[in-house]
Amino acid sequence: MKLINRNCKTRDFHQAKWNEPIIFELHQPGEKGVEPPPVHEEIALAVGDGVSTVPESMQRKSKPALPEIGQAKVLRHYLRLSQETLGSDFNVEIGQGTCTMKYIPKVNEMLIRNPKMMDLHPLQPEGTVQGMLEIYYNLDLCMREISGMDYFSFQPSGGTQALFAMASIVRKYHEQRGEGTQRSEIITTIFSHPSQAATAAVKGYKIITLHPDENGFPDIEKLKAAVSERTAGFVVANPEDTGIFNPKIKEFTKIVHDAGGICYYDQANANGLLGITRAKEAGFDMCFFNLHKTFAAPHMCGGPATGALGVTEALKEYLPVPIVEYKDDKYALKYDLEHSIGKVRAFHGVAQTVLRSYAWIRSLGPAGLKEVAKIAVLNNNYMYHRVLNIKGAGAPYVKGHRLEQVRYSWEQLTKETGITTEDVQLRMTDFGLHYWTSHHPYIVKQPFTLEPTESYSKQDLDEYIAALEQISKEAYENPDIIKNAPHNSTIHKMDEQDFLDNPKKWCITWRSYLKKAKEHQSV
Amino acid sequence: MSQKVHPYIPNMVPEVQEEMLKVIGANTVDELYSCIPDEIKLKEEMNIPKALTEWELRRHIENSLNQNTGANEYVNFLGAGCWQHFIPAVCDEINQRSEFLTAYAGEPYEDHGRYQALFEYQSLLAELVDMDVVNVPTFDWGQAAATSVRMAGRITGRKKILLAKSVAPERSKIIVNYGSPELEYEFVDFDLKSGLMDLEDLKAKLNHDVAAVYFENPSYLGFIESQGSEISKLLKEKKALMIVGVDPISLGVLAPPSHYGADIVCGDLQPLGMHMNYSGGQAGFIAAHDDETFINEYPSRLFGIVPTVKEGEYGFGDVAYERTSFAHREKGKESVGTQTALWGITAGVYLALMGPNGIKDVGQTIMQNSQYAVQEINKLQGVKGSLFESPFFKEFIVDFTQTGKTIEEINQGLLECKIFGGKDLSIEYPELGQSALFCVTEIHTKEDIDYLAASLKKVLEK
Repeated sequence: MKLINRNCKTRDFHQAKWNEPIIFELHQPGEKGVEPPPVHEEIALAVGDGVSTVPESMQRKSKPALPEIGQAKVLRHYLRLSQETLGSDFNVEIGQGTCTMKYIPKVNEMLIRNPKMMDLHPLQPEGTVQGMLEIYYNLDLCMREISGMDYFSFQPSGGTQALFAMASIVRKYHEQRGEGTQRSEIITTIFSHPSQAATAAVKGYKIITLHPDENGFPDIEKLKAAVSERTAGFVVANPEDTGIFNPKIKEFTKIVHDAGGICYYDQANANGLLGITRAKEAGFDMCFFNLHKTFAAPHMCGGPATGALGVTEALKEYLPVPIVEYKDDKYALKYDLEHSIGKVRAFHGVAQTVLRSYAWIRSLGPAGLKEVAKIAVLNNNYMYHRVLNIKGAGAPYVKGHRLEQVRYSWEQLTKETGITTEDVQLRMTDFGLHYWTSHHPYIVKQPFTLEPTESYSKQDLDEYIAALEQISKEAYENPDIIKNAPHNSTIHKMDEQDFLDNPKKWCITWRSYLKKAKEHQSV
Repeated sequence: MSQKVHPYIPNMVPEVQEEMLKVIGANTVDELYSCIPDEIKLKEEMNIPKALTEWELRRHIENSLNQNTGANEYVNFLGAGCWQHFIPAVCDEINQRSEFLTAYAGEPYEDHGRYQALFEYQSLLAELVDMDVVNVPTFDWGQAAATSVRMAGRITGRKKILLAKSVAPERSKIIVNYGSPELEYEFVDFDLKSGLMDLEDLKAKLNHDVAAVYFENPSYLGFIESQGSEISKLLKEKKALMIVGVDPISLGVLAPPSHYGADIVCGDLQPLGMHMNYSGGQAGFIAAHDDETFINEYPSRLFGIVPTVKEGEYGFGDVAYERTSFAHREKGKESVGTQTALWGITAGVYLALMGPNGIKDVGQTIMQNSQYAVQEINKLQGVKGSLFESPFFKEFIVDFTQTGKTIEEINQGLLECKIFGGKDLSIEYPELGQSALFCVTEIHTKEDIDYLAASLKKVLEK
């Protein structure tokens, strides 16, 4: 046998490319994808066509212009689109910092497909859903240990919804105390997630944003200057998107409490902290965890998901209803919370995510959860040291260790080669690797944010680093290969901005595209 | 090796850790936590049960789940915001694909398929509602309605929202909490005989400070609101917007709200291919016309189609991204984040499978089955179904007041017959007496409905 020399650090990758038509182009009149259950003959005899009871003005006159496509064609189309999607199961997904893309255990997916889970109606009598309620309650107990909070609601179905629920609780709390109008400001930090500021603003608050000191720490003097009798609350992530932990957090929460505000903690990503430090000891009144991040539920292209919301005893009565209680050997839904904000989402939130995260916690146990945090931090610091050695890469602010992620910068690379972080992003696609830059704030120049989590092995990290190294080398030696990237993607470079930002050209649906393309042709 | 390595944490291997620590220049992993002050470090182990292996975990969770009784085991007549419908196998096949299940925030060049699938979802639903713009889905119907009214507030520059009193009370809670303190809400009464909106009450409350009226069709209480055009006319006179919440599975047979003047249409995607999942299948949509003023007020992501440098290739991206909170924090429109994208893709698969005929057939079968159920239930002495005179779609109110029994008693009796009876309305709408909201869909057979009628008879005669 000949020795096959596969001695390469990066991958010779090619994304699937099917050049799929838009589904409407698969239309063939007469074809059929599925047959819904038909009406029983005797029912049709008894009641007629059913539709003529409706006033004519309320009947649909012509059928919706949906395509007619045979089942195999529909399946094939969507399977091909799935192949043109780089899910985290397929790549070393450490490029989506802040989002904790970790391994999604398959056993949990198997468990949620149990018909005794899938086919439950949310209004079934409590006696017929004791198992489901038990899982909700047990997850609540685990979350209390992880956070130090006293009660959890799993109704918010995403991080933004949990943040919104917390801002709603802040408002209700001050209203109950007769200070609703006076307390009109919420304080946050610039490196906390944009949703913190956005959701507080939806709830009618003026936002005060603290900028960091020269080392990247939230500035305590600025906080002291910001609090007043107008302070309703303080919301922050710790560590923030930079991976820098604010060691004075307890002083921060005290300053806000002394001014009469509520402190709520964005723990969407808590991956470096499990079993290490908690919301309670840092002085927070509320916190939330994204179960689809730290707690290993899948991201599902962007939901459905859960933002598990925890509060101290003092705020229990403000939670959205219902919450699950265990009383007299039975699990029950409790609706009568005196100051409840009402509801943020229908029924009980996303039960599958609750089950998945409970299963994940049970598969790790207390020691395993702490290992998750420790290895996530180990992996991150290993990457941090390796990335800082790549020509053109840097990371602003404090030297020393970071927790679970780092916001890096290619500022030097851009200065020296003209290659930007967006260029790097497109080139990373050629290695089968996802790479994200940053959301607001755009303070760190030429940013990219890596978060390796506990899920990836040293080999995986080395592969990702090797791709970054190669791109850096190309930037200095052969920048054209980057500028013309991606080379191995599903599609070529798009003619984006004008078609996405110009109302005359944007097309949010196929029917809109057909109209605008026709108009364009006739001009 | 003394320490056990967990299957999900490869770098627990001690030799690997040592190698990595050497690169970092640290002796232990604990050193990396030197930034956290001791006083806030957790000293003791968390009180969480010890780890289970995969097999033990399966036993543990399945033991819990076995205490549940699913709607697949009993005959289920509960609806009220989450409905049991037929789900084609291809829907599950697609949404269980690893690629879609585990994708998240990939760029259009890595996740072309995700972008296309969501663009197609927007396009397919657009045909159903007969409008040109549909968003990447939001959390649920309640959130979709809550955002729709906030959009209306910004578009009109007005603060007051009128909500039909027949809007699901649980949904109203979401809407009101989401809009306050910015918006004010007032309820418009319904007629106790027909369920229809009381137009006199509407006229009395419809002033120039009203941004929008929101009602649902078919309504939460089941009936079809047939006064859409009249309501729209009244609103146009005051330059207020009409927002209609809709059950999309009705739109093969019922006129979409855009045909009777709706400016914004919203609703829940769960009927279009999602299992009930104890409410985990909900997902909200918001549709509008291709009007810049409306599009710029959407907080959601909107995927658009674009050409690439290669002729014949489709590309996709975010339309008007600068609207969003991702781009502008508190200055963006409301907020955006992880919502329910996979259910959007699934609803797209469902509509592609059903096609124009399937969606019409399913709507018709639902109406026939539910009318048959009413016919049979109405034969029972002292029972009035449907309470309202207006035609209904898949849900209807059954009034048991004259039987002298409470809904609680009746539902307990039905449960003993392995039936989940309708939702008890006596708390939400005391004015309707001892009434329950029953839901009948295409999945109910004639036998199921006959069994319900026979069981009710038995329970009432007890």
